[in-house]
Amino acid sequence: MSEPLLTLSGVHTHIGQYHILQGVDLAVPRGELTMLLGRNGAGKTTTLRTILGLWRASAGTVRFDGSDVTKLDTPAIASLGIAYVPESMGIFAGLTVRENLLLAAREGPLRDVRLDWIFKFFPPMKTFWELPAGNLSGGQKQMLAISRAIVEPRKLILIDEPTKGLAPAIIQNLIAAFAELKNSETTILMVEQNFHAAKALGDSVAVMDAGRIVHTGPMADLAADEALQTKLLGLSLEAHQ
Amino acid sequence: MKNVDWKPPLLVLAVLLGALLLIGSPSTWVTLTVAGIAMGLLIFLMASGLTLVFGLMDVMNFAHGVFIAVGAYVTVSTMKFFAAAAGADSLWANLGALVPALLAAALAGGLLGLFFERVIIRPVYGQHLKQILITTGGLIVAEQLIHVIWGPDILQLPRPAALKGSFVIGDVALEKYRLSAVVIGLAVFAAMLLVLNRSKIGLLIRAGVENKEMVEAMGYRIRRLFVAVFAAGSALAGLGGALWGLYEQSITVHIGAQMLVLIFIVIIIDGLGSVLGCFTGALLVGLVANYVGFLSPVIALGSNLLLMVFVLLWRPQGLYAVGK
Repeated sequence: MSEPLLTLSGVHTHIGQYHILQGVDLAVPRGELTMLLGRNGAGKTTTLRTILGLWRASAGTVRFDGSDVTKLDTPAIASLGIAYVPESMGIFAGLTVRENLLLAAREGPLRDVRLDWIFKFFPPMKTFWELPAGNLSGGQKQMLAISRAIVEPRKLILIDEPTKGLAPAIIQNLIAAFAELKNSETTILMVEQNFHAAKALGDSVAVMDAGRIVHTGPMADLAADEALQTKLLGLSLEAHQ
Repeated sequence: MKNVDWKPPLLVLAVLLGALLLIGSPSTWVTLTVAGIAMGLLIFLMASGLTLVFGLMDVMNFAHGVFIAVGAYVTVSTMKFFAAAAGADSLWANLGALVPALLAAALAGGLLGLFFERVIIRPVYGQHLKQILITTGGLIVAEQLIHVIWGPDILQLPRPAALKGSFVIGDVALEKYRLSAVVIGLAVFAAMLLVLNRSKIGLLIRAGVENKEMVEAMGYRIRRLFVAVFAAGSALAGLGGALWGLYEQSITVHIGAQMLVLIFIVIIIDGLGSVLGCFTGALLVGLVANYVGFLSPVIALGSNLLLMVFVLLWRPQGLYAVGK
């Protein structure tokens, strides 16, 4: 079995006086989509931000693709091949769709083949190519945020609640897009609250509670075990929909 | 240009037309308008760097005025050095004095800006109160150092011979220097728009003003960009100080601090970080100051504060709100 692409070992993170992550141990296998689940305030977003160095780990180690990145700053970590889609989407409202994507393409000009691939998932990106991103709808903004993350091949994509607040039809589009993305062997670590999306996409799952990982295993096993869902998440995943 | 919000430029147009109706005399209106645009563009030169620094790194730099003052003082020294060329009856000889003076002013402003960023501002990133205190302290210390170098007296800064006098067209007298200031101001504005809208560096600056954390999460080192923008903004302040000194033709050490009030008004109404807003706001400030100064000198002093109140009541986020 190959070494996981990303490994967190005993990671602690403090934000001000608050001790948020309290010894997170997590392994994200290469080429898989790992779901990070947990109640609100469990530390899921903090885990993603700590991986990327947006918040500093106060103890423990973060290893990515064989290197210790715990002490690196955010641009250095991102440059190793990590894309991030925050819960707030982080789009640049004053920049057009084209400019948002141009900025995300660190390695050079936008490639037509890649853009056609993105337009296949998200047609509005082509339709609104020269529109300021601030004028897009909520769903279109999420499409843009994800498009930015995949405009160039990345080793790992960190995605925080991509379906939050979106209409069911758009969620279906996103699920189809992520399924296709999985086929391209991109490794994804996704925080998600929508059970339908989590079940449809997740290969493996890690559940957090109070700043720690309390369960890891195949997503299918958790999806099939309602008692375990209730124990770990407070209620069954079906009830999350 | 189809995505540009045209309401703020229409406000400038409304001010122009409203002033024409109130002033009555077209020749007086043209003279005041050119003076207002020249003043506005000089304020834009001094404010544009500061608004980008404010938007990009959330830094409140009250020492910006000293970059203006140093630019003006360096211009005095350079023009003295090239006094013969500046006083000659040849435009080319005048330019031979003016161009090095403006370049030296920009260079001095930029270098001083780099020093301030590294020594004074870097230790207080993210701490607004400390930024205000330490940059105000830096301004006071730098002003005293200017006294030490150039002395406490008011210094004269005569314009080169070719920029003295006016073009007279019918009843309208247009000062050559003000027209030159308009040309320089527009050229800088065009260059800034070109860089901001047609280059990757410009994209990074615009994106960084909106959300610097996301730019860093994309793998870009925004801190280096900030230092470059800070130096460029300080250089523009130095250039603005040189041109403002030549506009006033005499300078004191407080030339920059006095301009700071107008600069902050422009930055507040521009949307905190918008170059287009800064340009529009500076034009409004320049025009209103000149029109009100002519129509009702009694309220001239407070006219720009009233302008700020009006704009913020109309658009609380500023003329061109930067999405954060």
